[in-house]
Amino acid sequence: MNFTSLVEALSAWAVPSFLLIALVFAWFKGSKVFDDFVEGAAEGFSTAVKLMPFLVGMMVAIGLFRDSGAMKYLGIVLQPVLIKFSVPHELLPLALMRPVSGSSALAITAEIMQSTGPDSMLGRMASTMMGSTDTTLFVLTVYFGAVGIKKTRYALAVGLIADLAGILASVYVCNLFFN
Amino acid sequence: MVNIMWLLMLLGGIIIAGFTGDIEVVTKSIFNSAEKAVAVTINLMSIMTFWLGMMKIIEKSGFIKIIIFILKPIARFLFPGIPRGHRAMNYVLMNMSANLLGMGNAATPFGIKAMEELQKINPHQDTATPEMCTFLAINTAGLTIIPTTVIALRSATGSSNPSEIVVTTFIAAFCSTGVAIIFDRLFRHYQKWKGTL
Repeated sequence: MNFTSLVEALSAWAVPSFLLIALVFAWFKGSKVFDDFVEGAAEGFSTAVKLMPFLVGMMVAIGLFRDSGAMKYLGIVLQPVLIKFSVPHELLPLALMRPVSGSSALAITAEIMQSTGPDSMLGRMASTMMGSTDTTLFVLTVYFGAVGIKKTRYALAVGLIADLAGILASVYVCNLFFN
Repeated sequence: MVNIMWLLMLLGGIIIAGFTGDIEVVTKSIFNSAEKAVAVTINLMSIMTFWLGMMKIIEKSGFIKIIIFILKPIARFLFPGIPRGHRAMNYVLMNMSANLLGMGNAATPFGIKAMEELQKINPHQDTATPEMCTFLAINTAGLTIIPTTVIALRSATGSSNPSEIVVTTFIAAFCSTGVAIIFDRLFRHYQKWKGTL
């Protein structure tokens, strides 16, 4: 069995085996599993509904910023900075989009892989970039939104700094590994 | 900061759309995104309902104690402000393990519950506590052992070795998580020193 199929099997088995172990454990402990499940699940609806205004507000702003072309112009302004850190300019749209919108970033990654191939250096860098950080703005919106936090202190700054670190690390690590 | 960023994104979008002569894009884009946001909410609703149900089973059966035992040393270091035995820690740990295992859609419900529990020990209800900021920092950095989505995408686009990026991804995510924790601590100490924490 090679490394790829091992990793693929691992990721396919992660959730099912976790569920299996947790359920068998509860069974042995004599839990009333279905009663417990329903008790917890009852909170799912109300928690999600509370999030809706935050998601609509944030996704509208992000969508407009991208669709109007403003994102592209910001990219042109920031290009010299990223080139200084030897980030290939083809990866700039991805680097900019990654903290803002997960689905758009995934679309950009897919586009890079289709045009240059997933096994090219750009394809590998894009994969690493995509996988190594989460969508900061989404996480912030959802988590703070759920509890009505308005003053977020330094959370956004830390998230964006971490994203930058992740982007630069992706480029350096790929250069190190695949060259 | 979130307020300013939101404002700038909207204003920037409208102004650029006006200048490039494609002003219709504004209303179209707004309705599109609003619709997508509602779809995300509904999607979240189904996932949350299932995983919060599972969480209750895990909690009541005592399975949570095993997870806590494994991850506790790290958690104590990262979240010194969560009182011992508080339920916030349960959800924080479940969120962290779901993230590590690449169970992204299980991580979000646990994360939201963690925030709700953290909010209960928050003296200023509209302001984030340092614990919340650390929790957010770890989540935005996104440390994962198996980046499932990317591997699937590489497979779909015909990669000869879809999972070859697992190691590079882990190292890069490790870097960004480290940077997130360091800066989180720096900002925390700075605010304490300035007396605003």
